[in-house]
Amino acid sequence: MDNALWAFGRVSGIISLVLFTGTVLVGVLARSGRPLLVVPRFSVTLIHRNIALLATAFLVLHVGSLMLDSYAKLNVTDVVVPFLGPFRPFWQGLGTVAFDLVLAVVVTSLLRHRIGPRTFRAVHWFTYAMWPIALAHAIGNGTNGTSRWFLLLAAGSAAVVVGALAWRVSANFLETAKTRQGGLL
Amino acid sequence: MSETLHIDWTRCDGRGLCTELLPTLLDRDDWGYPLAKRATNGDRSNVAVRPAHSEAAREAVYLCPKMALSLANQVAGFGQ
Ligand code: SF4
Repeated sequence: MDNALWAFGRVSGIISLVLFTGTVLVGVLARSGRPLLVVPRFSVTLIHRNIALLATAFLVLHVGSLMLDSYAKLNVTDVVVPFLGPFRPFWQGLGTVAFDLVLAVVVTSLLRHRIGPRTFRAVHWFTYAMWPIALAHAIGNGTNGTSRWFLLLAAGSAAVVVGALAWRVSANFLETAKTRQGGLL
Repeated sequence: MSETLHIDWTRCDGRGLCTELLPTLLDRDDWGYPLAKRATNGDRSNVAVRPAHSEAAREAVYLCPKMALSLANQVAGFGQ
């Protein structure tokens, strides 16, 4: 049972990270206002939300299974307060920080109609901090964190996220960028 | 009873989700912003929504990334 929890804790962490990478990519696409080939804009937004919720579910399983596991022995404090854990406290603490940021982003997203666009947007920016922190946590804390295949996965993920960010800040990011620039000239 | 979809253009960023969901009610201008196809008294930011489109309108309100849309029950309900 313990072995199973430990293995599941590790696998669910990796799945969660991959899903969050997808969430960021689809989120950037949604922000551009562009459809994805034949997928309309509202579906892109729904896909962004659904991958994010799935990633969060795996993150909860990741943390939950390692709380139950007698080897990792995460306790409630470790889940909320970073850098106090006994094993690699710094790297585990990064995971705690990422987890707290995810909670903030998810809660404000689900309540966005009540809290309004400003708060929603401000908190949503945390994602750009959360993702690299989560990646660093995976590399520094994960049992497979420095194995070759994981580093390849991490490098590939980082490359696509950086690519998406470069596109995000480029002049032609918005679907209507050309028209809008034209209007100002 | 007909509902009214109100577009708050100060919030809207022309991302075009609503024009996809309500293609028969909304046009999209060159900058991406939605406009009522049929203006009510020259007002193109309040759109009459018949029951057939009510669900799509609700989805648009829910999904609008800028929370720029709202639905109200009667046409005269806005901006008195
Ligand atoms: S979905 Fe919202 S932001 Fe996008 S065009 Fe419609 S009102 Fe504007």
